[in-house]
Amino acid sequence: MTDKLTPWDRVKLARKIDRPTSSDYISKVFDSFIELHGDRYYGDDSAVVAGIAKYNYQSITVIAQQKGKNIKENKKRNYGMPKPEGYRKALRLMKQAEKFKRPIILLIDTPGAFCGIEAEERGQGEAIAKNLYEMSSIKVPILSIVIGEGGSGGALAFGVSNEVWMLKNSIYSVISPEGFASIIWKDGKRAPEAADLLKLTAHDLIRLKIIDKVIDEPDEFTVDSMDNLVNDIKTQIQQFLDSHIKMTEEEIVSSRYNRFRTL
Amino acid sequence: MLKDFFKKSPNIQRRTIKTTQIPDGLFQKCLKCNEILYSEDLIENYYVCPNCNHHIRVNPRERLSMILDSGSFVEWDLDMELSNPIDFPGYKEKLQHIKSVTNLDEAVITGLGRIGGTKVAIGVMASSFLMGSMGRAVGEKITRLIEAATDRRLPLIIFCCSGGARMQEGMVSLMQMAKTSAALKRHDKEGLLYISVLTDPTTGGVMASFAMLGDIILAEPGALIGFAGPRVIEQTIGQKLPEGFQRSEFLIEHGFIDKIVKRSQMKKILSMLIRS
Ligand SMILES: [Zn+2]
Repeated sequence: MTDKLTPWDRVKLARKIDRPTSSDYISKVFDSFIELHGDRYYGDDSAVVAGIAKYNYQSITVIAQQKGKNIKENKKRNYGMPKPEGYRKALRLMKQAEKFKRPIILLIDTPGAFCGIEAEERGQGEAIAKNLYEMSSIKVPILSIVIGEGGSGGALAFGVSNEVWMLKNSIYSVISPEGFASIIWKDGKRAPEAADLLKLTAHDLIRLKIIDKVIDEPDEFTVDSMDNLVNDIKTQIQQFLDSHIKMTEEEIVSSRYNRFRTL
Repeated sequence: MLKDFFKKSPNIQRRTIKTTQIPDGLFQKCLKCNEILYSEDLIENYYVCPNCNHHIRVNPRERLSMILDSGSFVEWDLDMELSNPIDFPGYKEKLQHIKSVTNLDEAVITGLGRIGGTKVAIGVMASSFLMGSMGRAVGEKITRLIEAATDRRLPLIIFCCSGGARMQEGMVSLMQMAKTSAALKRHDKEGLLYISVLTDPTTGGVMASFAMLGDIILAEPGALIGFAGPRVIEQTIGQKLPEGFQRSEFLIEHGFIDKIVKRSQMKKILSMLIRS
């Protein structure tokens, strides 16, 4: 039924306030989770939740962009828009995962990296660049899943991975449809048209080879209706882990390099 | 970043083209201090206003002639295939038009040259070409440049100048950030030197990838350098930004660049650094 949806319909679904957020996946997909905080330079960004999870007796480092479930929580989570310290926390824990040979799973759900004075002062661009750079050579398998919004460079800094998956009604875009419409047509209200042009849906992006897998989701997608999807993701994660456990470190790194090299 | 540059791009393009055609006119007005300048003086002064030190944007060929030993440049990857990955309406025609107006192939020139006799792999971006935005061709040329530098064990210099990712290419443009950064990591692992030089403006997806990944990061005075464009930030926070925000001097104060270098000194400094 959702296959008849327009790209703009999917943009709205991807942003819906009652759509499951990262914390729902963390608690339902994994057997346990210990959250770890801070970037060791400046602070702890609550738009990024990260830690060590157990999954079928394996340890995995999970790093997720966390939106709020209501206005109050969204204020705390900065609407899922990470600051430089969020990206640096993510990188610190990815390096840690590499040291202890834990696979990494990243959940992407952000309108974009935070745009503000402090973010610029603390090097938002440098923080994102460093993630792209370092992630490209991390020796453990990395999987990214776009669960809602994948907003531009702020999402990509969680997405230099061996595989990138998207939920069926999630989006991944170089710019928001509103931003695009206001630049091209000087009219933000033409965002639905922009959503069409930008090719930001999972189906468009698998065709462009930007992502590797589309995960089906229910039409009415809330925490109460996510059980089937959770089971599906669990199976697919196990398959991902199984297929990468046979690879050497060199193969893991070079297959990730080649994945982006051909784009 | 993006928002900002697309709004401004028509003016900036005209302005850049005008400044690069200085030899045709006898006088030129500095766009910053309004001083009337002799064109000849301006060229002799590396297109820097002698009155206010404003570093006027220069096209990549002029830049190369200021930096490289004369006659040493060999250009690579000319005539990249035009890409229109998301079939953006009118995009191919727009590219053709810009190619003919700017006499450039794409928003970056890459190749091999010498500085004071030392071989370098060098890339120079062009603000006059769709605001130096990075689509597949730009990302591919830069990646090939980096890979060639790695294979030939050469130091690498990139003069950055860009409004960010080229949104007419959708997500394919975003992927160029990952592609170029990954290539730089391989260059780094070989123990090779990469110097990025930030010129006005370096923002968005270029700033958040290869621009900020230099072993040494230099900047021209007064260049706009930032992740988000100033207009986007003003809209987000609902207030005016402080004077000098996101300029080279702001970045050096916050510890994100190594040195601000005047255009007249750039060749000398680069030449010393690649020999260090
Ligand atoms: Zn002046």
